[in-house]
Amino acid sequence: MKRLWLPLLTGFVVLALAYAVRWQIDVHAPSQKFMLPKPHEVAIAAYQHRGELIPATLSTARGAVLGFAGSVVVSVGLAVLLAASAGLRASLFPYLMALQMTPIIVVAPILLIWIGPGLTSVAIITFLISFFPLVVNTTQGLISTDRNLVDLFRMCRATRWQEMAFLRLPAALPYFFTGLRISAILAPIGAVVGDFFAGNSAGGVGGLGFMTVIYSANLDTAALFATAGICCLLGFALAGLVHLLAWAALRRWHESFATRER
Amino acid sequence: MPSTPLVQFASVEKRFGSGPAVLQGIDLTVAAGEFVSLIGPSGCGKSTMLRLIAGLTPVSSGKLSISEQPPGSAAPELGFVFQEPTLLPWLTVAKNVEVPLILRGFGSEERARRRERALAQVRLAEKSKAYPQQLSGGQKMRVSVARALALQPEILLLDEPFGALDEMTRDHLNEELLSIRQQQAWTAFFVTHSVAEAVFLSNRIVVLAAGPGRIHSIVEVPFAYPRTADTRQSDDFHHLVVRVSRALRSVDPTATSAP
Repeated sequence: MKRLWLPLLTGFVVLALAYAVRWQIDVHAPSQKFMLPKPHEVAIAAYQHRGELIPATLSTARGAVLGFAGSVVVSVGLAVLLAASAGLRASLFPYLMALQMTPIIVVAPILLIWIGPGLTSVAIITFLISFFPLVVNTTQGLISTDRNLVDLFRMCRATRWQEMAFLRLPAALPYFFTGLRISAILAPIGAVVGDFFAGNSAGGVGGLGFMTVIYSANLDTAALFATAGICCLLGFALAGLVHLLAWAALRRWHESFATRER
Repeated sequence: MPSTPLVQFASVEKRFGSGPAVLQGIDLTVAAGEFVSLIGPSGCGKSTMLRLIAGLTPVSSGKLSISEQPPGSAAPELGFVFQEPTLLPWLTVAKNVEVPLILRGFGSEERARRRERALAQVRLAEKSKAYPQQLSGGQKMRVSVARALALQPEILLLDEPFGALDEMTRDHLNEELLSIRQQQAWTAFFVTHSVAEAVFLSNRIVVLAAGPGRIHSIVEVPFAYPRTADTRQSDDFHHLVVRVSRALRSVDPTATSAP
């Protein structure tokens, strides 16, 4: 019970604040009412637009999960490669950084020209936005292995493959999950930005990013807030999944999940 | 010692890169079954000597041979116990002890047999399913010793293994170490900062001087094995501790007089 009342209270305060701000607008600038919908109006808008919002959410979720999964596979592979040599790291890192530094609004049109709108483009944009923290963290984990343990493995004449599989990879797991958490939050953003540019409406609905284009053209702030809420829910869902995975993988041995009994 | 030399240093010199010599003019012959302690001020190359024997780093000049082979070659099995427990935290105690056996390609039955024996030797059989973070410092160190013993090594290299533990635990583990050696005779190289520990365990104590690391003197310890906690109470023991402490003080003026 003690753990429940504080989040409930914060939620209530936030909601009350939202109504209070809106009430101020009602009183002082009634003509600007449409700027900030009341929280329950957002809920109603979400319900009214469910016919397009549900498929849009599924479409964005598909792009997010695909891009995210792709970034995990590519990042781990790349990290194993980068961990092998300092020279390789020094020569490849600038390019990885450049990829992350290039704003998506510049990359998206290029991708559109190359492969056209659709799920593939959305997934690639998601991938581009979420893979960097994963590569950096996993690489750092792979090169931070305890020197003595590496010596122990060498003394036992372990092969490089054994050293990677039994020592470096498991030791890098906490780092990997740190990267994964950041990526999980970035992936839905990437997918929404992705289908803002490359969401395909030709076959019916686009993703959430595409709905944003329509709602903003209609000055439908309530629907926009509803869309924002759904984006956050997607982020929370993915972040929650990652936390669950981290818990399953680390709870038995890592400090971050240790219960302080001793 | 009349028996054949197991480990032989002949004018061994070690430097890292183009730096100054860490070890210089090391001549030392150790026969099978000896317990040799290496003691000396920080930076005298004690740990480096262990790493040389383990084949983790090559000698710069001179010759080091183990069973008349160069270090790092397949010949005698080596066990290494580090300053810290150095366990894999994601594996259970049992799996940790098996790591060297897995890497060496032992079958699962042989692994289980050796693991059980090693854990029984350090009296941790009941903790085999625990994870390292559930153990105390002394227990973790025991697992580390069991891991080294599981390979049934001919040579055991111990790099200040009990330095981080409190004195009572350390004394206790030392007594256990000797009683294990009664059943399973290995040759030991034991790096330590504690004179009393060195005297209690070894039949020879190599006192090293620093800058560059070199052998200052070698002290024979005449007490017969098995040694027990009572060994520490005898006058002869205390005389020897004083003697080694003096030798140590002469090479390291900053050392305190406490053994």
